[in-house]
Amino acid sequence: MALPVKNTNEDTIAAAATAMTEAGIGIIRVSGPEAFSACDRIFRNAAGKRALLSYAANTIHFGHIVDPESPAEAAKQMNIVDEVMISVMKSPHSYTTEDTVEINSHGGVYVMNRILQLVLDQGVRLAEPGEFTKRAFFGGRIDLAEAEAVMDMISSQNEFAMKTAARQMTGEVSSKICSLRERVLHELAFIEAAIDDPENYDTESYPEILHTAVAGLIEEMDALLLYADDSRIIKEGVRTAIIGRPNAGKSSLMNYLVGSERAIVTEIAGTTRDTLEESVRIGGALLHLTDTAGIRETEDIVEQIGVGRARQAIEDADLVIFVIDASLPLSAEEKEIAEAMEKALHRGAKGIVLLNKSDLVKSELALRETEKEAMDLFHANKNSKISSPLFLSASLLTGSGMGLLKEEILRLFHVGELKERNEPYLVSRRHAEAVSNARRSLDLVRQSIEAGLSEDFYSIDLMNCYAELGKILGEQVEDDLAEEIFSKFCLGK
Amino acid sequence: MEYRIKTEVCVIGAGHAGCEAALACARLGLDTTIFTMNVDSIAMMPCNPHIGGSSKGHLVREIDALGGEMGKNIDKTFIQSKMLNVSKGPAVHSLRAQADKAEYSKEMRRVLEGQEQLHIRQAEVTEILLEEAEASAASEDKLRDKALDRPEDTSASSEDKARNKSRDRSTDRSEDSIVERKGGKRVTGVRIVTGTVYECRAVIVCTGTYLNARCLVGECITETGPSGMQRSELLSASLESAGIPLRRFKTGTPARMDGRSLDYSKMTVQQGDPVVVPFSYSTDPAEVQIEQFPCYLTYTNEETHHIIRENIDRSPIYAGIIEGTGPRYCPSIEDKVVKFAEKTRHQVFIEPEGRGTNEVYVDGMSSSMPDDVQQRMYRTVPGLEHCEIIKNAYAIEYDCINANILKPTLEIKDIYGLFCAGQFNGSSGYEEAAAQGLIAGINAAMEFKGKEPLIIERSEGYIGVLIDDLVSKDNREPYRMMTSRAEYRLLLRQDNADLRLRRYGYRVGLITREQYEALCNKEEAIHKEIERLKRVKVGGSRPVQEFLAAKNSAELKTACSLAELLCRPELDYDALAGLDPDRPKYSRSVTEQVEIEIRYEGYIERQRRQVEQFEKLERRHIPEDIDYDEVKSLRIEARQKLKQYRPASIGQATRLSGVTPADVQVLLIYLEKFKK
Repeated sequence: MALPVKNTNEDTIAAAATAMTEAGIGIIRVSGPEAFSACDRIFRNAAGKRALLSYAANTIHFGHIVDPESPAEAAKQMNIVDEVMISVMKSPHSYTTEDTVEINSHGGVYVMNRILQLVLDQGVRLAEPGEFTKRAFFGGRIDLAEAEAVMDMISSQNEFAMKTAARQMTGEVSSKICSLRERVLHELAFIEAAIDDPENYDTESYPEILHTAVAGLIEEMDALLLYADDSRIIKEGVRTAIIGRPNAGKSSLMNYLVGSERAIVTEIAGTTRDTLEESVRIGGALLHLTDTAGIRETEDIVEQIGVGRARQAIEDADLVIFVIDASLPLSAEEKEIAEAMEKALHRGAKGIVLLNKSDLVKSELALRETEKEAMDLFHANKNSKISSPLFLSASLLTGSGMGLLKEEILRLFHVGELKERNEPYLVSRRHAEAVSNARRSLDLVRQSIEAGLSEDFYSIDLMNCYAELGKILGEQVEDDLAEEIFSKFCLGK
Repeated sequence: MEYRIKTEVCVIGAGHAGCEAALACARLGLDTTIFTMNVDSIAMMPCNPHIGGSSKGHLVREIDALGGEMGKNIDKTFIQSKMLNVSKGPAVHSLRAQADKAEYSKEMRRVLEGQEQLHIRQAEVTEILLEEAEASAASEDKLRDKALDRPEDTSASSEDKARNKSRDRSTDRSEDSIVERKGGKRVTGVRIVTGTVYECRAVIVCTGTYLNARCLVGECITETGPSGMQRSELLSASLESAGIPLRRFKTGTPARMDGRSLDYSKMTVQQGDPVVVPFSYSTDPAEVQIEQFPCYLTYTNEETHHIIRENIDRSPIYAGIIEGTGPRYCPSIEDKVVKFAEKTRHQVFIEPEGRGTNEVYVDGMSSSMPDDVQQRMYRTVPGLEHCEIIKNAYAIEYDCINANILKPTLEIKDIYGLFCAGQFNGSSGYEEAAAQGLIAGINAAMEFKGKEPLIIERSEGYIGVLIDDLVSKDNREPYRMMTSRAEYRLLLRQDNADLRLRRYGYRVGLITREQYEALCNKEEAIHKEIERLKRVKVGGSRPVQEFLAAKNSAELKTACSLAELLCRPELDYDALAGLDPDRPKYSRSVTEQVEIEIRYEGYIERQRRQVEQFEKLERRHIPEDIDYDEVKSLRIEARQKLKQYRPASIGQATRLSGVTPADVQVLLIYLEKFKK
């Protein structure tokens, strides 16, 4: 007999479920076995009576939050703290799967703090970050992928990330992975059945059937993986290194980008020759900009530190913007920078070469000349689309060509497509890794089939594939997985 | 005054489980008494006449690797042998031998009779005697005295140094550390139907299908055990009063016919292998190259199915007379016809029951239909038109336990010294029974000696899979071993059971030092030869190219190692001899391993990694005294299951039905905190 899934945490927790700001409405969430009784003590219905315990599950009621300790209360007069709507959810039918009360109060830091304090005074503990979600996961209400998405949502920094997180939370990634996994399981089941019951299962044409099925699965996994990097980068923000020789216009570019948008993070401590970091939003993308000191060899100790950091910034970057003064001939330093940049491009970073000061260049022809020279700096793999940077000419002084720069940045990371695409994204590095491992296992299955091995060999790699996909859903018990995920939630603090 | 006899271990039942259990205990130096309803039924094969087959052949090999008897016994008494699935990968190769049933039984009886310290007693055991474990501290001395009463150990064979060693230890009472235990009950003996009490410290219940058995042929129900044997009537009540819940399972067997009445010309003949591979690592392959008996293949048809459908309401199962749950994987012909309605025919194998009899077994057509329906249905099968039935097909119902009350050692949780094995544990099959009997016997002896129990992991053997499935999963039907149940089957091959398990047999004392040293030498030879083949290169010289061309193998473009050549499907170890003049001389058992290890290296490696992952969770032990009520976030269902099964490790917890991965994560986090 299946028992209802009921959560049995001993203590009751509470926290503000919305931001504590001067908003129009603020929600305090209370969850746990004492949620009803604790809230009952501080809630009065429209008639001024204690009524919460009589409410049916999943209903919402108007009333007031009162301070039960205040002298006015003692005198049977209500000391009203706020006018609220209160929702009552009974275990297991709530987000956390526990008894839950949500108090919809008038927003405002003071009011919300006062209500929260009243709740805590009833023997309720302040929730740790992510604890509601943790309880939802442990209560079996959401799977690991959904839990991760909630966490992403809480910390998402821009519109795209928010949308992706929302999509994941509704289980889109989960259901996509589930369907892939079920198809793998179907093949596994057939093989197992055929091994045990050769009389009733004909495996004559099976290798061909499986080959087709595997090819289909690989194609779908490829589609998932195609935008996985971009999705992750957009979600986490594009780490952008601005490099170039002094006076090429790096700082102007930085100022231009930052100045035109609201800076989210301001200057990080450092010397004038150190790297300077800013985060800006361009279109739907978040850019973490690093202005570097140039990478010229130098005797100056301070400058050396700067050079080291610049190289580091290039190594870490998702996007490298190389600013060149188009009005001057290229120097040895530019060659060196191009080399460092090329390395970054090879490992998958994207690059833009910005030919600045186009306004100072005498003719279009001269500009083309410089551009060609700049292109020649990147000799390797001209045919390869991936490792070749994009060349743009612009003037930071006049602003000409700068709009194009922003557009190109968004285009490079497929921001537009990602927004429009209706497929789920693998924004988590963990998920992308698991899918790519699963795909690799399928490749091995394909090789086994092509090598003419019998079906009992396929199952080893199919099993690995199945397990990898299971990791995304939390269906595969891993030693340290829960720790890893919820450590971001500050679990066990 | 009741009559009391002192012994050390009592084994109830002398079927395949009981024989292995009793032999293991006696060989490990314990005075052992084995009870059987009838000495003529020792190691009886009341169902099919073969040992081994897909995955079951693996079990027999493993039993042999650990020092059990089944493999040796079938090697002495088989009349046909075949390696199955040779067209597939090495993981699913499986040995199956047709037994001469009467000889098999006689031979096993001879072995039991020849075993020192093993007493055979024909008697129905009616009661298992228990005492409270707390009270046992006082009786500890009594037990020791009792142990000392047994006859002096004079049986030590000179060639068996290892066994001697462990026997010496076992007779040294001071090392008999009886683990102090809290609560529960302890076994003190058994009572037989005459009232006589056998005092002992361990009991191994191997009652097979005898407990409260009834046999059904259509409307005809007889209160008998298998093949008309007397059933056991009183033990069930004793078990239940000891708090052991019983349930009812059912199984069935087809008819036996007079072989002279069959027309074999209408069937396909099935011969044994030209070169027979023995089951036992101790059997000399030269000894098993005997003249073999053929089996025959025929098929049911629409007419057969029609008769069955017409009379389905007379089948005791479909009429609701049978209450027991039957095995899905060993279905009766009625089940097959109903469940695979779209199939127009099913395979039927005609197998001889032995050299000295005309009786043949009709494999694939077990049934519990009434006699008249059986007669008509069998006669529709080509070759069986004039068949004369000697014994009817019948279904048998019997009492057994849900093995989830057992520890992985096969001892009942909370009843110290009470072990269970075989069909009593809800399994089916001779091999499954023998494997459990051996493990139960070994663990009873280990407990007696205060030594570490023997628990085979799922990653180490089919025996491990079998026992883990039985004790961890919610089995609702007789459990049958199957290849697909073993996750790591490429490592658990029938060809390497000795490499996997022999050291355990040596550790417990059933494998001699000589046997163990032979294993170590084999391991080393395999290792050295693999290294050598990877090292030795051949170039694209003319003789080499010609050699390859002669074998239909592609030319060499660059030099390559012998190992690389061995990976070509058209070449094998023997074929490469011409390119490898300096190769050392190794036995086939070594070169077979070399070939498999090299050819399937990538797969074996990947499977090993899977095992590593698996073992990581197996090694995360759950403390025996864990209080699941303390683990706050567990769902109620999971908490109940965990409390009920009390898994020994996180790994085992992941396999419990009703426990989700999320529950296990909760448990893992709790254990982390618990550790700190």
